[in-house]
Amino acid sequence: MTDTAAMLPVDPAARGRAPAAGRRVVDVRGLSLTYATADGPVYALADVDLQVEQGEFVSFIGPSGCGKTTLLRVIADLERPSGGHVSVNGTTPELARLARAYGYVFQAAALYPWRTIERNVTLPLEIMGVPAAERRARAARYLDLVNLKGFENKYPWQLSGGMQQRASIARALSFDPDLLLMDEPFGALDEIVRDHLNEQLLGLWDRTGKTVVYVTHSIPEAVFLSTRIVVMSPRPGRIIDVIDCDFPRRRSLDIRETPNFLKVAHRVRAGLRAGHGYDD
Amino acid sequence: MTIEAAVAAPAPGRALPVAAMLLALLAVWYGAAVFLNAPMQIDRFEREQAAWTTSDLVAATLRMERPLLPAPHQIAAEMKQTLFDLSVTSKRSLAYHSWVTLSSTLLGFVLGSFVGLVLAAGIVHARTLEKSLMPWVISSQTIPILAIAPMIVVVLGAIGLKGLVPKAIISTYLCFFPVAIGMVKGLRSPDTLQMDLMRTYNATRWQTFRLLRWPAAVPFLFASLKVAIAISLVGAIVGELPTGAQAGLGARLLVGSYYGQTVQIWAALIAAATLAAALVGLVGLTERIVGRARGERT
Repeated sequence: MTDTAAMLPVDPAARGRAPAAGRRVVDVRGLSLTYATADGPVYALADVDLQVEQGEFVSFIGPSGCGKTTLLRVIADLERPSGGHVSVNGTTPELARLARAYGYVFQAAALYPWRTIERNVTLPLEIMGVPAAERRARAARYLDLVNLKGFENKYPWQLSGGMQQRASIARALSFDPDLLLMDEPFGALDEIVRDHLNEQLLGLWDRTGKTVVYVTHSIPEAVFLSTRIVVMSPRPGRIIDVIDCDFPRRRSLDIRETPNFLKVAHRVRAGLRAGHGYDD
Repeated sequence: MTIEAAVAAPAPGRALPVAAMLLALLAVWYGAAVFLNAPMQIDRFEREQAAWTTSDLVAATLRMERPLLPAPHQIAAEMKQTLFDLSVTSKRSLAYHSWVTLSSTLLGFVLGSFVGLVLAAGIVHARTLEKSLMPWVISSQTIPILAIAPMIVVVLGAIGLKGLVPKAIISTYLCFFPVAIGMVKGLRSPDTLQMDLMRTYNATRWQTFRLLRWPAAVPFLFASLKVAIAISLVGAIVGELPTGAQAGLGARLLVGSYYGQTVQIWAALIAAATLAAALVGLVGLTERIVGRARGERT
């Protein structure tokens, strides 16, 4: 991933561009993952099938314990499945990870406290051997993109939680991966900040044409962001519904008041309710 | 303390209790000196068949040549004489002896810290090393240093190493331990997310060490180094005892105890304590400078 010339994420020509159809980024078939514990096996995922095409924004939604984070971690090769077939970019998750195919945003910002914001953003570039001048240029570009211009030399503890999470998104974008894996990135933030960041994220996805796989437990967030919503259910972790959302690529928070939005949200909620046992 | 003195002190809120505590300690010390030295002095008075009053006794107990417990002003006078009045090249200069001990302390500290770091890095990266090394690391510290120090000196003497090196090795033996234990914990301190992040970047082990494990371990390192440098000094002094060393604070202690020169022993003890405090303070200062460069919250 040292091809720096090809990287033009804020290319105005790409704005509003429809996703390049056809290329399959994630292909999951018959996936299962079982943990052996002292109390017997835990079925984290059972018989999961999922395909994600290039340029899609796919959200996993479900109650805690439904395996949505585990599924994301399997795609990222941070977790080994016990059965089934997974491919990322047409190859195994491990080879995709070794080729640095994706940027991962965790639930917490996970910034390194001893590095400035700029040097946190350039961390992956340093590992990938990008020259120092290019690193600084990219840090400036992506910190601008997430509205953190002027905070380059601050340390993480000097920033609010929302700003830290934006810095971690700039870090994931810095090496321009085509695939973004995001695990409840805004889960710990208040609703106003979350709305704002959702709009920014959507704009970014629209401009760059990246593929995003997103984990959330918020119905409005899932419906607002996604082109496709995957509803999951626990014990065993499985997919119980896949809902297409055909809102325009560029949309504002206002669409949350439209009947179509409410209809999709209703279907998501119905799916969650059906999959939820209420036995705990 | 006068009002002027209290006002002149930089932080009167803290200076006052510190000064009061110091005065209390001195008072206890003087009391103990009189109490402990009195029987010996009374014996002497009786042998000389001298008439004496209580104030004679008190005055005499505080200026004995070989008291059981010397008074603070006697130690201060001895330290002034051996530190400032004598040339540093003199064999009786406390500065000279302190330097001899300090040099092996520092050499042992550098060697021991290095050994501790290498052990910790090995233990963190290889499970077999943890299983095979850790029991030895721990049992090495259960052997009394007084028992093993003469052996180290004899063994190293047999292969021609004398003077500075054997003492430094004893310091090394003591101070690698806190560094190894502290750094194993420090190098393992990055949390799962921070480690996963490195995995998503396909970072090599060396990159993960250099960019994550090492910087995360720095606060642990300084905590370990503070312990290490203090016990390194203890190691150097202990190392001077069985070698029959001619120089060093340990040699001063030994010579002082041969001849009952308690004032000299106490002066050497105070010098050692001051040296240890200064060394730990220096490590603390370095910690603050490094912390500032790392943007730590102060």
